[in-house]
Amino acid sequence: MPEKAFMKGNEALAEAAIRAGCRYFFGYPITPQSEIPHYMAKHLPRYGGVYLQSESEVAAINMVHGASGAGARVLTSSSGPGISLKSEGISFLAGAELPAVIANIMRGGPGLGNTQPSQADYHQATRGGGHGDYKTIVLAPYSVQEVVDLTYKAFHLADNYRTPVIILGDGFLGQMMEPVELPQMIEPEDLPSKPWATVGKGRRTRNIVTSLCLPPEENDALNRKLQKKYNLISEKETLVETYLLEDADYIIAAFGITARIALAAVDLARKEGIKAGLVRPITLWPFPEKELAKSAENAKGILTVELNMGQMVDDVRLAVSGKAPVKFYGVTGGLFPTPKDILTEIKKLEVAVNG
Amino acid sequence: MKQEITLAGFGGQGILFTGQLLGRAGMLEEKNVCYVPSYGPEMRGGMSSCSVIISGSNITCPLVTEPSSAIAFNHASAEQLEQALKPGGILIINSSLTDKEPQRKDIKFYKITASDRAVKLGNDRVANMVLLGALVKITGILKPDSLIKVLESILPERKHHLLPVNKMALEEGISAVEALEI
Amino acid sequence: MVREFSRPKSLLPENYLYCPGCTHGIIQRLVAEALDELNLTPKTVGVAAVGCSVTNFHLFDVDMQQAPHGRAPAVATGVKRVLPDSTVFIYQGDGDLAAIGTAEIVHAAARGEKITVIFVNNAIFGMTGGQMAPTTILGQKTTTSPYGRNKDVEGYPLRVSEMLATIPGAVYVSRTSVHNPKHVNRTKKAIKKAFQVQENGEGFAIVEVLSSCPTNWGLSPLDALKWVEEKMIPYYPLGEFRTPSEVTN
Repeated sequence: MPEKAFMKGNEALAEAAIRAGCRYFFGYPITPQSEIPHYMAKHLPRYGGVYLQSESEVAAINMVHGASGAGARVLTSSSGPGISLKSEGISFLAGAELPAVIANIMRGGPGLGNTQPSQADYHQATRGGGHGDYKTIVLAPYSVQEVVDLTYKAFHLADNYRTPVIILGDGFLGQMMEPVELPQMIEPEDLPSKPWATVGKGRRTRNIVTSLCLPPEENDALNRKLQKKYNLISEKETLVETYLLEDADYIIAAFGITARIALAAVDLARKEGIKAGLVRPITLWPFPEKELAKSAENAKGILTVELNMGQMVDDVRLAVSGKAPVKFYGVTGGLFPTPKDILTEIKKLEVAVNG
Repeated sequence: MKQEITLAGFGGQGILFTGQLLGRAGMLEEKNVCYVPSYGPEMRGGMSSCSVIISGSNITCPLVTEPSSAIAFNHASAEQLEQALKPGGILIINSSLTDKEPQRKDIKFYKITASDRAVKLGNDRVANMVLLGALVKITGILKPDSLIKVLESILPERKHHLLPVNKMALEEGISAVEALEI
Repeated sequence: MVREFSRPKSLLPENYLYCPGCTHGIIQRLVAEALDELNLTPKTVGVAAVGCSVTNFHLFDVDMQQAPHGRAPAVATGVKRVLPDSTVFIYQGDGDLAAIGTAEIVHAAARGEKITVIFVNNAIFGMTGGQMAPTTILGQKTTTSPYGRNKDVEGYPLRVSEMLATIPGAVYVSRTSVHNPKHVNRTKKAIKKAFQVQENGEGFAIVEVLSSCPTNWGLSPLDALKWVEEKMIPYYPLGEFRTPSEVTN
C-alpha cells in the first residue's frame, strides 16, 4: 500500500522532491511558497542533503547551476518576482543543458502585486522567461496529489532531457490540503550516472558545462540541437486531460486550480442541459495543441478561463486556428471565479454564437 | 453525502487547527477531503477562517462560496457566515461569545455555549472540540471517534494528557445538541 | 639539478586569447602550477566567470563550469555543497567580482564557503571595451570615464580585499601583483596557500592579483607594468589581510 498523508500543496511538493532523490535545495524566502523551503530545511539534513538559503534569488538559481552541473538532482522554488530574477539563470541552465526543477508558486503581479493566488506567469513560464531561444517543460498540477505526481515526474523529465522543468502552481494550491499517496523513495545513488557532470576529471578527459559558443556556427548548432530536443519533448511528453468532450458544444480551457473550478462549472452547465466540456492542459509547454484543435472541430465555442488578463488564451487561439470562436474570462488579484460565474460566461458565449 | 464546512473566528482560536482536524478525520474515514485556509481579501482585522469539504465522491471545485454548514467562533464571523450559507444550511455559533440571533429563516441555527462548557471542563482551549461535537452530531458527516483518533496521532506524546479533556469536550458538544433537539 | 621551464600539466596546449602584454596568462599559469604541485587536478572543478577570462575553461585541464556574469561564487557554492571533497576554484575579474557579482562574493565569504577565489584586478572592464570598473582608480580615464574617474561623480574605488577581510568566514585574504618576477613568485605562493586553506577545510580563501591591461589603459606592456606599481599599488596595498594561523607554506 502506498503511504498516505494529509498535506499542503507546498509541503507535498517538497516531500515529492525528496522522494524523487533530490537532496539539494537552494532558495530565497518569498510568499506564498515558504512551506517548500521550510520543509526542505527541516527534512533534507536527515537524508544527508543540503538546504541552503541564498543571499538572493539570483544566487539561488546559480547554486542550482553548480549543483546540477555536479550531477545532483536539485530544486529551487520561488514566486513571480523571484522567478523574474532567476530567469537569467534558467536561460543558462537551458543553454548548458542542465537538469533542474524550479517551482513557481504564482502570486499577483505585475511588480510587487500581492501574495494572492494568480496564474499571471503563464507567458513567462511557457516562453522560457529569460533571454535566447529556449523552452522549459512547464507542469501545471491541479490537486495536491498531482503536485506530488508531477514533481516526482519533473525530476525524471529534467534528467532525461537535460533541461530545466518548471512546476507552475499558485498560492491556493500551495496552501490547500488534500490526502495524497506518496511515491516510493528514490535513493540518489540508485539514479543513472551522469557522465557529463563536472565532478573532478579523475582519469577521464575533462568535462565542461557551458552555454558559451563564440563561433557563430557553434551557437547555431547549439540552437538547432535544442530545437530538436524541444520537438522531441513536444512529441512525447505533452499531457492533457479532457472531461465530457465527446459531445461538447462549449469547451472550457483552463489549467491548474482554475480547471478544478471549471470542472464544477461543466457539471452545472450539464445540469441545465448545456453540453459543456473541459480541456485541461497539464503540460503548459509543450502545449496540447492537437487536442485543442481536435476538440474545436465540433465545438460551437471555446471559453478560456484563467487567473490573469488572458495569457493561455493566446495558445488556445493558435491551436484552434479559427475553427471555433474563442472567448476569454479571467479575474486577478486573488479573486476567483465561482462555478456559477463560469456558467454565466458559457451562457454569454452561447448567446454570442447563436446570435 | 457531502458537506462544505466553513469555520471562522479570531486568529488564535484554533480555527485552522480545527479545520485540519476535520480534514484528517475525513481522510481517516477514507472520504474525499479538501481543506483550504482562508486566502483572500476577507482576511482582515485578525480574522481567521478555513473551509473543509468532506465528500463521498470526487471533489471538483475546492472553493467554498456557499457552505452547507458553518461554525462561527465569534460574533463577527457569525454575521458573515449566516450571509454565506446556502439555503437549508447549518450555522453553529459559540453563544458564549455572541448573543447573535438568526436573521435568515431558511437556515438551521444552533446556539452552543462552547466556551462556557470548555471552562467548566477545566480547559477553555477545548471550545473548538465542543463545537466540532455539535457539528458531527448535527450533520453526521464524521464519527466522533475519528476526531479523537486523529488528535491522538497528531498531538505529540507530551500533550497526550490533553486527550481526555478533548474527548469530554466533544461529547459535551454532542449532548448539547441532543438537549436542543429534545 | 636541472631546472626546466615547461607547460604545467593542468594547462592545455591551447592559444591564449588575451592581448599582448596582458598578465592574465601569467596568473592562469600560476593557478595551473599550484594545482599540479598540490596534486589537485583530478578532483578539481573550476568555475569560469565572464570577462576576458571567459574562455579559460578551454585552458585548464580540469572539469569546469561556466557561470553567468558575477555568479561564479554561487555556482561554485552549488558544486562544493554537492562535492565537499572536491577542490573548487573560481577565476573572476574585477568587473565580474566587484560590480555585478558583489553580493555573491560577499555572501560566499560570509558563509565561509570552502572555495578558492582568484580575483584578477586590472582596474577596468577589459572585454567589453575598457569601461570604468568599481576598481578604476581616481583620475583614471576609461571609455565611460573619459575625463578621468571623479570621486564626486563616480565615487571611490572599491578595496575588495580589505572589505572581505572583515568577514570571519574569509580565512585567507591576500593581495599580490604580477608586475615583476619577485611578485610573480609571491603570487604563486599566495595562490598555493589559498588552495591549501581549502584542502584543510578552513574556509573561504581569496587572492586578489593586480594585473595589467595595456590595451584598454592605452599603454605599452612595459609601461602598463610600471603603472601597476606606481598607480595601483599605492591605492591597493599588497599583503595578507587575513591568514589562518594553522596554514604554513
